[in-house]
Amino acid sequence: MGQLFSKKNREVFSAPLGMNNPVTVQVLGICSALAVTAKLEPAIVMGLSVTVITAFANVVISLLRKTIPNRIRIIVQLVVVAALVTIVSEILKAFAYDVSVQLSVYVGLIITNCILMGRLEAFAMQNGPWESCLDGIGNGLGYAKILIIVAFFRELLGSGTLLGFNILNHEWLTNLGYVNNGLMLMPPMALIICACIIWYQRARHKELQEK
Amino acid sequence: MKALRNYLDKIKPNFEEGGKFHAFQSVFDGFETFLFVPSTTSKSGTHIHDAIDSKRIMSMVVIALVPALLFGMYNVGYQHFHATGATGSFIEMFAYGFLAVLPKIIVSYVVGLGIEFVVAQWKKEEIQEGFLVSGILIPMIVPVDCPLWILAVATAFSVIFAKEVFGGTGMNVFNVALITRAFLFFAYPTKMSGDAVWVSGDTIFGMGQAVDGLTVATPLGEAATTGAIPPFSWDMVTGVIPGSIGETSVIAIALGAILLLATGIASWKTMFSVFVGGAFMAWVFNTVGPDTPMAQMPWYEHLVLGGFCFGAVFMATDPVTSARTETGKYIFGFLIGVMAIVIRVLNPGYPEGMMLAILLMNIFAPLIDYCVVQGNISRREKRAIKSNN
Repeated sequence: MGQLFSKKNREVFSAPLGMNNPVTVQVLGICSALAVTAKLEPAIVMGLSVTVITAFANVVISLLRKTIPNRIRIIVQLVVVAALVTIVSEILKAFAYDVSVQLSVYVGLIITNCILMGRLEAFAMQNGPWESCLDGIGNGLGYAKILIIVAFFRELLGSGTLLGFNILNHEWLTNLGYVNNGLMLMPPMALIICACIIWYQRARHKELQEK
Repeated sequence: MKALRNYLDKIKPNFEEGGKFHAFQSVFDGFETFLFVPSTTSKSGTHIHDAIDSKRIMSMVVIALVPALLFGMYNVGYQHFHATGATGSFIEMFAYGFLAVLPKIIVSYVVGLGIEFVVAQWKKEEIQEGFLVSGILIPMIVPVDCPLWILAVATAFSVIFAKEVFGGTGMNVFNVALITRAFLFFAYPTKMSGDAVWVSGDTIFGMGQAVDGLTVATPLGEAATTGAIPPFSWDMVTGVIPGSIGETSVIAIALGAILLLATGIASWKTMFSVFVGGAFMAWVFNTVGPDTPMAQMPWYEHLVLGGFCFGAVFMATDPVTSARTETGKYIFGFLIGVMAIVIRVLNPGYPEGMMLAILLMNIFAPLIDYCVVQGNISRREKRAIKSNN
């Protein structure tokens, strides 16, 4: 048991949540971060879906890694990811239909999410299944974390709600002249919020700043 | 003047390292160099010196904006009295407009300069003077009913994200005032467009008459929605039409343009080619365009309505964001004129296209310069090779 949660394994899990975040440090998976973060609910579902898929894909590829011929490894990885994405997509359609409609093509497009292929290539092909599983969960949660922060601000300031509950749309606020910010609902603002997170992170951690 | 200089010298030590007001050093420095040309000179390298520095340029642009601003104030009052049916003298109209516009100017300067001061102090740099012009441009390109808190948010957004993150004055890719307007336009469309924002319906200190739900459309907005070309009238030239505060009067803008051109601050090449581009594109749409009022509007009306003149004179000629090569200025200006009319005619959502056209060409300005410079290099190279042979 001590072996499973050794310092190195904990590092594998926690690095993508902070100092090696796939979105803010590696700048991967930006397009879906722009597309699904107008509301908090789809962002959470998207983050969890990516976490599940990354974790399972990492485990499967890690188990197969010694038998995959090097020349066709991308195809094998794609087949595994595609199968997992299809399963997740079907589950969402069955149990969370509204959200799956909101996410529309972006669930299917998880196949092309750079984080997935990046983790498979960079980690699962060299490491054992347990480490790969931790790495997959860590990266998925790191991605989900950024999505949720961005979606929090976009939904709160753009629609005045959180998870669909009314927060800012009150009559007295409207009478004071408060209006929801329509730009928050457009993709450019997601990019700017992402940039603010990156700005904050690099200002706090000098070692992330490029020379 | 001598007394002022002596006073500044007396209080200066307080602001230097170790002084009790060191936190405000950049503020002091900003005001001191605003009042007096600094006596320090560059210590190394070769420098070209000009009698006019960027603070003096900024002051000149602000002076050039004054006619349009004063007329805009009068027009705010005139439109209010005209639309509500109240009667008022010239003085009353001007006072009404003055009191409606003044808070916007104050908000824009306080927010923008506040951010500049904080950033300058934080980076231990001198205050950059670029906001002097942006701060007066911002209130002039918004409708009179734009709420102050929204203006403050937009100003803060554009000073931070369009200017400071790029490195401050002189480094910005986009015109700061136009980014403010673009932010307002996309974030709060109900407060920036439509027919309810152009004329104030409130009383100010008992002046004017309060009217609920007052709706007056701009001539361009009218053409886009009702489908009729507004007939040309001299009001469009003198500027007593509804519109953003400073943009309506062609005559007042022309006065500013004369000052800018006479002092050599704005490039006549950019300004002139914006008008040529706009007239050309309007003519093309008149000839082969679709049968919509925007497309069939005569070219001279396109040029005097909306923000075309204001954009051409004060925004397109911004020395930081426009093309810098002489040939590039012609191309840059011409394409702004063309794009402004294209957006007006072909996009039913935006009756006005000047803002988006200038912002779009801001992105292309470096590319235009690059092409012009490369073209020049290869031409000279060919000539050199030829003469060597």
